[in-house]
Parts: sequence; structure tokens; C-alpha cells
Amino acid sequence: MTSSEQRLATIRGGVPPRRHNARTIAALTGNPGCTRRAVLDGAGVDKPLLAERIGFPAGFGQSRFAITRGNAFEAQVKADGGAELLRLVAERLGVPVPAVASWTDLGDGADAVDREQRSAALLAAALPAAMPDAAAPEAASSDGGRADEQVRPDEPAALFDHPLLGLDVAGRRVHLEPDLVAARLGGRFHVVEIKSFPVIDGQADPAKLAAAAVQSAVYVLALRELLAGNGHDPQLVSDEVVLVCPRDFANQPVAHLLDVRKQLLVVRRQLDRMARLDTLLTAVPADFTADPAADAATLVASLSQVPARYAPDCLASCELAYFCRDEARGQTGALGRPAREALGGITSVDEVLALAAGDRAVDPEQAEAAALLRAAARLRADALGASA
Amino acid sequence: MSTLRALAAAQAVAAGVAQPVATVRHLHLSTRPLVLVPLAMAGEANAPLAAMVGTAPGDGRLLIVPQPRNRDQRFAFAAELAATVLPYVAAHRGANEAVSVDRGRDVRYRYLDAPQVLVPNPAGVTFLRLLGRSTRFRRVDGDYPVPMEVPLLGRWLTFFAERAEQPGSSALLAMTQALTLHWATGQSAVEDLHLPALLGWIAPPAGLTGAEAAARAEDPAVCPPAGPATDPGFDNRLLAPAIEAYTAAGDDEAARVEAYARLERLLRDQLTPTWELMWRGLGLLRALPPGARVAGRWDGDRDAFTAHAEHVDDGGAPQPRRDGAVAAAARLHRLERAAATYAVQRAYDDPLVMAEYRLTGEAFVGEVVLADPARVDDSGRRPVLRPRIQLVTTEPVLVPVGASLSSPARPGQKARVVFVTPVADGKTEVVLELSGGMGRGLTATPGSVPEVGQRLCYTTLSEAYVPSGAFPAVEETPWTHGGPPGASPLAAVPPVVDPSSAGRAAEVSGAVEPEPDPDEEWA
Repeated sequence: MTSSEQRLATIRGGVPPRRHNARTIAALTGNPGCTRRAVLDGAGVDKPLLAERIGFPAGFGQSRFAITRGNAFEAQVKADGGAELLRLVAERLGVPVPAVASWTDLGDGADAVDREQRSAALLAAALPAAMPDAAAPEAASSDGGRADEQVRPDEPAALFDHPLLGLDVAGRRVHLEPDLVAARLGGRFHVVEIKSFPVIDGQADPAKLAAAAVQSAVYVLALRELLAGNGHDPQLVSDEVVLVCPRDFANQPVAHLLDVRKQLLVVRRQLDRMARLDTLLTAVPADFTADPAADAATLVASLSQVPARYAPDCLASCELAYFCRDEARGQTGALGRPAREALGGITSVDEVLALAAGDRAVDPEQAEAAALLRAAARLRADALGASA
Repeated sequence: MSTLRALAAAQAVAAGVAQPVATVRHLHLSTRPLVLVPLAMAGEANAPLAAMVGTAPGDGRLLIVPQPRNRDQRFAFAAELAATVLPYVAAHRGANEAVSVDRGRDVRYRYLDAPQVLVPNPAGVTFLRLLGRSTRFRRVDGDYPVPMEVPLLGRWLTFFAERAEQPGSSALLAMTQALTLHWATGQSAVEDLHLPALLGWIAPPAGLTGAEAAARAEDPAVCPPAGPATDPGFDNRLLAPAIEAYTAAGDDEAARVEAYARLERLLRDQLTPTWELMWRGLGLLRALPPGARVAGRWDGDRDAFTAHAEHVDDGGAPQPRRDGAVAAAARLHRLERAAATYAVQRAYDDPLVMAEYRLTGEAFVGEVVLADPARVDDSGRRPVLRPRIQLVTTEPVLVPVGASLSSPARPGQKARVVFVTPVADGKTEVVLELSGGMGRGLTATPGSVPEVGQRLCYTTLSEAYVPSGAFPAVEETPWTHGGPPGASPLAAVPPVVDPSSAGRAAEVSGAVEPEPDPDEEWA
């Protein structure tokens, strides 16, 4: 155990680290400038429990109805060995629909490491046929009983249900489970994500679509690392993700392509940053703790030593957001970034009002903001007075 | 966000209560609006779960769907909703008035009043838009018939949702938007979308600050969300068992009645707080005096209502799923014009809105120090009356010489900037040459030229009529826009989405899709 890991374990307390998944990794890209969040997530702190201990429980929950519906839709789409799914994906990719495709269910098995190895071996073996190193006969035998056949260049497409991929996040192996990976369609690997939010007349809820894109980017990244680790070209994994959603108000699935190049960059950057936690940790006081077993006052005092960068968007993605919001009370950032910018970038509300009233000596670098605020205050008073 | 609004938000933080950002009401309020609070089932595609609807605080009608995944029950809900909405709409088709068009050469009629629907938040508007989409193409015959009034409801809901996109329209209002148009709270725009928290800031209960009231409103146990999304905790703990009990009751009449009553009680408890907040919000808005140009914009809503009612009467087709190229361009143009007009009208109606333009130098208020009301310009072919006035202002004047300004106090008169001269003490002298609104002769009618000592606001914002653009006929759609419909080789291009692209809803497909099948399932 390195000294960094030791530090993180101390911060976390006597509990095992919380495992990341694609959703939590996607959430990491939300507010990359927040040190508090980077340290807590890097250490795998149980943030929901921590938030509850310090009196700011976060209301993150998912409705049972939404979960049921999501599972039902995925099961429906994958029924019949994925025949319908194969057609949807192939048509969307603009390739002829293969007559046959192998279907490998990788969703079973309790041991994650074992599953990851099995997935890795099978996926690497399913390299697109055009690649010379795709011809690995022992792998072909495992996907669909063609043990004695020679691998041919026109090899059929292969679908992998729930493969388990690995990705290093803050020095720890995280297991990720995409809904489906399609191999040898359009000459590349494609991540297929099945979501139950509807696409109505070609339009989806923008927030849900954005979340799905970041999440899929995490899978693409993990799959690329897998290929790169086996000495293959990571670009064999397409940066276009196939998103399968219900069409309109029906249960009928429809496939769309999502270009996740931008999300890949964002996720990559944040993961690199998490990998350099050592640098961040040097700025964290030695006695910093987020151990939920500690008493609330200690935790609050400890947390306040590591700076957060609260923005209203945090409320939707970070379990600690209500605590940070309370801490940011009286700051212009808590009103939202646009408000803060409109106020000339002044940080504190009291300072804004003092500058607006003109009863404070003005630093030279604040002169412009101060003039703006004074003019605004005068105009506001003028207009409100005129109407009264 | 404008600096003035941000400053008001900062003042709200310090004062502990929301601060006004408007001195008049910028929207029309009907004497009898239809308040509609919808709830949707989580995870489903806009499946209605319940709604409270009515035109008076004590008259909220509760509609519920005991098993929201059941298609027939959904359409039964739509039929029940139609039984309230359609008579409400029809009640506004009473007396009408004649409006002259084409400079008096023709006349058309419009209803004296129009329906107005109020929902809690923008998500409520989206809910109605999608409910309209899912019902307006339904067939009342064939394999999957729906009740008669369902497609008609869909067309009217679509009408309201489309009006809600038009800046300045009051046909369908989201209460949170209506309130934030007039008050700035000490919280962020995201938090303002929560109606209970927003009202907590605007009118906190006695003994609480706005921040405390808003914090209390965030607890779903104290204050249920204003919909259409329900609280996941409520779903898991209360709603799911109640729906299961209803389904399990099956043919057991007694058990079913009891389970239905339990569901009704649960959903009523979720909806009633929001229902009451809607009327409180309405009361706060009614207390504000309406802006001078609000009635004019409501005329536009009455026109649109009349036109749509006639379209339906004449057997016109339901609104299409997607606009064609020409219709889309025309719609965009119409919305842009409406947005520009609305911005100008709000500033003209309200000195607090005009202050935003004064801060950015697009308007200034000055005192008239010199006036030459009899000045005649005889340099042209005919002498014309062109009085000049000189104003002194302490505000920054960023308008260029030659610019055409107008004053909210004298909207019919144009003022051309002749000189802008900075003088001592940060003051600026502005000389304006006036034209229009002074009578026909070479002598200005009394009072039509500003007098020395008057304080006036001049701005680049203009209420002048801008003629609408000309668009080709559908069959003459240019090739740049896909050519005439029917022959569309470009539609085969595989669509690729950029999920980070801004916009009301992210576009996921460029492909032209066929009209929905009449038997399209809704489940």
C-alpha cells in the first residue's frame, strides 16, 4: 500500500471504499474544479452516509417504477437472442443486417475479477475480421459452438451481453458493465446503451441524453483501454455509441447514434486528474477525515478545511451538495454562475452590496465592478422610486 | 442574467425575502383561468398519474389513473380531462368583435375572451405538450378506438403548448416563470423551478426568512414536489403498494373500491399543497398593476384562439408532428419577432426593465435643457418641421450620431441623434432632432415637443412596425432546405447527434419519419 492509499484509507475511516460505476464516474465530470469532491470520491468515501451524519441528507433516490420500466425495456429489447437488437444496430450503422450473429451472455458469475478476465478474453478475440490478429481460434470456439470452424474474414457479428470491463479510477480498479457491446458490425466495436427514456418525434429529454452520453463515454474508454492493453488499436472502438430507446409513446425500440468524442475528452481529463490525487492530497491537512464514524462537529470542521467549489448544478449530482450550499450561503456563486458574472465576479454578497452602496474603499482591480454595481444600484433605486 | 437582476438577487439574500424586478405585471391574467396540476408516472413516457384541475380554489377536480401502465385507463384519463378542458375552452367562444384588417379594406372577427391555462412549472408545459402529442392523432374508430373527445383535447393542448413558446403570450403560463419574471429570489435559477421554494422566498410565512421557508419547502415529506415528477420516496413507500393493491383487487369489487379510495387519498395529498400554492401565486400576480401593453399582447392570444377554433370547426388537420422546412422557418421568424417585440414592450411598460438598458447604454434618461420647437428644415424639396431638443444626462450614452431613438413617453415620435458631447462632471449633452407625432403643419401641436425641464428617457429600442418576412410556398421549398417535400434524397444521410448541443430538446434524428400509425401503442 502506497502512502497515498494509506492517506485515503485514513480519510475514509474503517470502511471499505465505495465502488464507482459508470454513473458515478460520469458524475465526476460535473464539477471538475472541486477539490473536496475529488478527494472524497478518490478516497471512495460513503458520501450519502457522510451527508446524513453532518445533518444534510441528500434526497437521491430512484423510483421503483423507473427501475422496473428500465429493466423491462432492456429485457424486451434483448429478447430472442438479440435478433431485433442486431437488426436495429446494423440498420443504424448502415451495414447489411447479418443473417446470424453470436450472442454471448457475460452477465453471470459472482466473481468480478473472473468475469472481467472472461469478458476481456472474449472481446479481444472478437476483433473485427479485417484485423489480422482477430483470428484466434480458441476464442471463436467459445462464442457459439463453432469450435471446429476456421475463422473466416466474413465472420459473423458478435454481441456481448453485459460484459464486465475494468477501468482504473484514482488508482483502483473499477468494474463497469455496459448493456451490450457489438463486435464486427461496420468493422468496429460499438458500445450499445439501452435506455428507457422515450425519443418522441426524434427528440429526447436533453438532460437524460447528456447523462447517457457521458456514461457511454466511460464504457468506450474502458473498452479502448482493454484493446490497447492487448496491443490492439484502441480506435477500433467507435466513438459513436448506439443508443436504443423506446420510440414515441410505444415500447417499440429505436436506435440512434450518439457522438461521444467530446465526452471522452472530458472523462479522460477527469480520470487523469483523479490519478494524480497525490498532488491534490499535499494541499489537504494531515488530520483531514471523512470517516462517518467520527462525530458530526469533527466532520464539519474537517470538511471545511478542504475547499469546495459549489455551484447550483451540484444539487443534481453530488450527495454533499446541500452541505456545500449551506456553506456557500452569502456568496454570489450560490446564486449561479451567471449571477456571479453579472455582479462583476465579486465573491461575497455583502461585498456586492457594500460596493453598490458606495460605502467601501475600492481596490483598483474592483474599480470596474464597483462602478457597474453603483450604477446598477442607482438605476434600481431610481426605477423603484419612480413607480412608488 | 442582467446585472440589475443579479443585484436584486443579492439584495434578496441580504433582506431574506425576494425583491421585485418589475413594477408592473407583464402578463395577462384571466378572471377565470384554468389551473392544472399534473402528475406523471416515473419511468414511463409521459404517462399521466393524476391531475387536479379547476377554475376556482375550492373547485379542484381530482383525476387519477389507478394503473398508469394501462393504455385504456390512460385514455380514460384523457377523456376525463377533456370533460373539463373542452367545456372551459368552449365557454370562451361567446361574443366576438370586428377587427379591421388590410387598412380597413377587410374585416375579421375575434372572440372577446380567450382561455388561459396555468401549470406549476415549465415541466408542466412539457407534460401538456407531450400529452397533446400522444392524443391528437388518435382515431376514434378502427382497431384501437379512443373516446371521441380525446383527439380534440390533444389538439387544444398542442395549441396551448405552442402558444407557450411564443414570447409574451399568456395562453399557457408556468407559475414559476410568471413569478420569476416579477421577483428575484436569493437562490439560483435551478432552485427557483421548485414552486414551493420560490413562493417561500416571495411570501415567507410569518417568522421565517425566505431562505428558511425555501429550505423547509425542499423536504418532500413537508412539501410534495410540484410535479409532474413525483418524489421517489413517495413512489416507493406509498404509491407502489397502493397501485399493487388496486391491481391485486382484480374483480373483487369491494377491495377495488377501497384500493381506489386509498390511491385517491394519497394522490390528493400530493396535489393539494401545489394546488393551493398555484392560487397563492396567482393572488400575488394579481396584486400587481398590468403593464400598458399587456392587453395588446392578449389580443394576439385572442386572435390565435379564434383562428385555431375556426381551423378545428372547418375540419382542419391536427398540428403536424414536425414542421416542414417552410413552416419551420416561418415559425422561427414569428417567434423571433415576438421575442423582439416583447422585449421592447416590457421595457416601455416598466421603468425597472428599462433600467437594464440604461445600464448597458442602450437607453438614457436626461433633462431637457434647450428646446427649439419651431425649427423647420427647408434644405429639402419641401420644408418640414424638425424641432431640436438638447438633453443633459449623467448616464453613459453609447448611441452613435445618426441613430434613431424613441421615448416610451412618446412612442410615435422619432428622435435622430445629432450631437453627443461629453461635458464636465461625467455629464453628456445630447442633441436630438424630432420628427413625427407633431401634427401635419409646420407648427408643432402644443405639448408634442418636449419642454425645457422635462425628464425623458430615450432608447434605441423601437416599437416601430417591422414587416414580416416573405417565405416561399411549400412546393417551392429551395434545395438548400431539402427541396419540395416528397423528393428528399438528403433524408437518407445517417443522423449523428451532438448531445452537448444547446436547445430546447436535443435532436436525435434528422431522418424524416412517417406519420404515426393509428394503432401506435401508448404503453
